[in-house]
Amino acid sequence: MSEARAERLAALLDAIPYIRFLGMRAELAGDEMTAILPFAERLVGNASVPALHGGVVGAFMEMTALAQLAIAEPSMRQPKAIDVTIEYLRPAKRFTTFARADVRKSGRRVANVHVEAWQEERSAPVAFLRGHFLLSGTSGG
Amino acid sequence: MAAMTTTAPVFDEAKALEAVAMMMQAPQIAALGFQFLGVEPSVGRMKAPYRDDLVGDPATGVIAGGVVTTLLDHTCALAIKAAAPGSGPSATLDLRIDYMRPARPYRDIIARAHCYHLAHTVAFLRATAYEDDPADPVATAQGVFVFSGPPATGGGA
Repeated sequence: MSEARAERLAALLDAIPYIRFLGMRAELAGDEMTAILPFAERLVGNASVPALHGGVVGAFMEMTALAQLAIAEPSMRQPKAIDVTIEYLRPAKRFTTFARADVRKSGRRVANVHVEAWQEERSAPVAFLRGHFLLSGTSGG
Repeated sequence: MAAMTTTAPVFDEAKALEAVAMMMQAPQIAALGFQFLGVEPSVGRMKAPYRDDLVGDPATGVIAGGVVTTLLDHTCALAIKAAAPGSGPSATLDLRIDYMRPARPYRDIIARAHCYHLAHTVAFLRATAYEDDPADPVATAQGVFVFSGPPATGGGA
């Protein structure tokens, strides 16, 4: 069971070029996944501030949501983001960033996912993402 | 309060372009290969050239949504410079993105952002990402950003 999850996660992380571009990894404990984004200079959004680009933090959380959906459900096709709302609480500094996704509802067609990203302390999150994702196998076009 | 600045500010394109040039040097923007397209009053435009290493769905060759997120976010920040060329760095408070359809594989994506309201330290933006036609968008975004005043004018920032 959890081996299949780990395999699905590894396959997803390996298969997506943009995940490699970000340098994103993930660890699995049972059905709980923590996504990991090590700091890298090329991810910085403003050299004078040294903070991760807001877009990178958003993208990382979006990928975390997709990865969480992928391990939850075996399917041929990748879910697609329908809409996402990203809230930024603090700058993401030169540390490793972590994220966890919580699938609040997974229906036949659409999943609602909340993601939280933090760095040194989980109680001091850097950003949140809420989004709807279109699940595969149901689309008409 | 000195009631003096009731006239519409003149768009200082040279100043905006200078601010934008700095922004295009951001390491992540260089890493993604984004290209600056232009500024008009309160509007910025930028392009994300198609690249294999930015693909999010290898089955279709479609660029990752995250690339579009960064493109929209950065173009919004660009539009703030176009609205307030002397302003300091901006930070995203929130960004809502609607993905209308997958981007077309092997095509560059253009983003256009409009800063439709500028308050004292908060900017309100709308942005669209598309390949050819803004009326046929890949994604639209609505964002709120905070920004600091001109770096040289003293004050808290």
